[in-house]
Amino acid sequence: MKETIIEKVREKFGNKIQEFFKKNDKKYYIEIEPKDIFECAKILFEDLNFRFCTASGVDCEKNFEILYHFSYDKTGEIISLRVKLDKTNPEIDSLTKIFVAAEWIEREIWEMLGINFKGHPNLKHLLLSDDWPKDNYPLREKD
Amino acid sequence: MGLIKKSLLKSLWVFHLPLSPCNNCDIEILDTLTPKYDLERFGIQLVGSIRHADILLVTGVPNYKNWQKLKYLYEQAPKPCFVVAVGTCACGRGVFKDSYNSPANVDEIAPVSAYIPGCPPKPEAIIDGIVKLINILKNAKK
Amino acid sequence: MKKIIPIGPYHPLQEEPEFFKLYVDGETVVDIEIEIGYNHRGIEQISTTKHYDQVTFAVERICGICSTSHPFAYVNAVEDLLGIDIPIRAKYIRSIIGELERLHSHLLWLGLAGHFIGYNTVWMWSWKYRESVCDILELISGNRQHYSMFKIGGVRKDITKELIPQVEKMCNDLVAIFDMFKGAVMDDPVIHARLKGVGVLTKEDAIKYCVVGPTARASGIDIDVRRDDPYAAYGMVEFNIPVLNNGDVFDKAVVRILEMYESIKIINQCLSGLKKEPEGNIETKVDFIQPGEGIGRHEAPRGEVFHYIRSDGSNRPVRHKIRAPSYMNVASNKVAAVGQTISDAAITLAAVDPCYCCTERTTVINLNNKKSILCWNDLIKLSQEKTEKLKNNYAK
Repeated sequence: MKETIIEKVREKFGNKIQEFFKKNDKKYYIEIEPKDIFECAKILFEDLNFRFCTASGVDCEKNFEILYHFSYDKTGEIISLRVKLDKTNPEIDSLTKIFVAAEWIEREIWEMLGINFKGHPNLKHLLLSDDWPKDNYPLREKD
Repeated sequence: MGLIKKSLLKSLWVFHLPLSPCNNCDIEILDTLTPKYDLERFGIQLVGSIRHADILLVTGVPNYKNWQKLKYLYEQAPKPCFVVAVGTCACGRGVFKDSYNSPANVDEIAPVSAYIPGCPPKPEAIIDGIVKLINILKNAKK
Repeated sequence: MKKIIPIGPYHPLQEEPEFFKLYVDGETVVDIEIEIGYNHRGIEQISTTKHYDQVTFAVERICGICSTSHPFAYVNAVEDLLGIDIPIRAKYIRSIIGELERLHSHLLWLGLAGHFIGYNTVWMWSWKYRESVCDILELISGNRQHYSMFKIGGVRKDITKELIPQVEKMCNDLVAIFDMFKGAVMDDPVIHARLKGVGVLTKEDAIKYCVVGPTARASGIDIDVRRDDPYAAYGMVEFNIPVLNNGDVFDKAVVRILEMYESIKIINQCLSGLKKEPEGNIETKVDFIQPGEGIGRHEAPRGEVFHYIRSDGSNRPVRHKIRAPSYMNVASNKVAAVGQTISDAAITLAAVDPCYCCTERTTVINLNNKKSILCWNDLIKLSQEKTEKLKNNYAK
């Protein structure tokens, strides 16, 4: 049996995969629906022993993107789960229930891009001062 | 030479205030105190409270979370207290000038007596800056 | 009764601002709240206003101690985006700089840790010997800090064959110093008594907090980007990765000391590799950055640095995400420090080798507070007193 970790991921995710992109041997990008993020992260972290690296929030023209980067340290692969969120009222499930490590990065994305994380225990400013003006999100594109 | 000035110049005590630095100026400051450069032999010493200090050594760029702290600290310092800006960031904010989290220059918040530019300034440059400050104080009228 | 002890944000030794709120019950820490943000400069946004070559210098200014880790991860990310390979000579030089940085950073940490537990001689010694690493770096790059050696596609400066023997000798001279430090830590019964079982981070917690670097390796997690996802010259040299299982402060110190020997091993292999390669070939030319995304990693002294870069084909990145190792490691203090006594808090919090500059890319005494406050100074004093007590016990 010589099943690679990527094949396992594809099998476990099944039809949750919207788009699969292989950048090179070590970097894979998988696009999924925002509603599936909790389940997919759980599969990667708990069943397949991936390590959560970080998440990058990006402000694109039409929507917000969050990339959750997971690393598989036995073979050095990185899988990035990509979700696309609407510009009006962006929100997504918090992953803090699966791993505590997501707490800080979700707070950061919340204050930098204004994306709401449902179920986050402690959503307050991490890096910026507490009296930072509302609706001023530093990493949102300004017109 | 008045008593205050005489006692001041004998041993300058330093309080080190990092205002969001990149760490580099800070380790170079510590370097000047450790065996290779050893500023402590001239009576220059890091102290734990601004109330004991003669010099307020500032590194880094002020940000919205800590720029008021610099003001408070300067107000609490027993005068005369001299502010020394170490590194390009503290002198003029350098690459962080246009950052969304950078409200003002150090010298717009507290009066700066000496600037030591460099990214980071070498320990020799820091020592040189302090020596220049001492000489200026020595020659000053009051 | 629960009391709050604020530590920081400014204290005289730790060079960076940080703010911990310790909730204590008598002598025991029951909870800890970590507040950062005193060092945030917004470099991710600044980076999108510079062109690709300038970003290499800008990310260097994230942190002075890991001032080559961020450019390292950044150029890895851009090269991943481009899918190019760089000349072997440049690979060797990159690894040499990376390992030299690890040496000076670990020596720095060792000194600070020595100070926290009252071994001021260790502090002064390790900072003295750290200077010789800085001298090597100055010899190679011209700078003691912020070496500016990296560029996309290669390095900026060559290590010529006149320099190689000199660097070799200076590095090998360090081994005797490491032996001394190893003896000082491993054979000293007071340090054993002081650090063993203190600030334990269990393997389960380490996985949950996704810690990286020496903090993870001291807790029995065998990860190292240099081996798992080889980049630069790390695929071409041989080295071991020390992994220990107790997760306490003692193990974290030992892991770092053992790593320094491996760094010397890597540097020596890279230098002998350099001798075989033709001089001058240190760069692959890059004319154009196509649209796409890239991920770059580097095993910094404190753990894995992670950079994500996105290009739209213009000369500036549209998004540059930076994740420093301390971002993951500092959060784990929440479990490591709880249950400790206050006198152990200082060394526990320092054991992950926190780097706030990185964490916030950019992180005061509570002045108006009338409550009695223990500042870091008092905390270090407490810690040092405990060591003193142990020393006296051993003397009896």
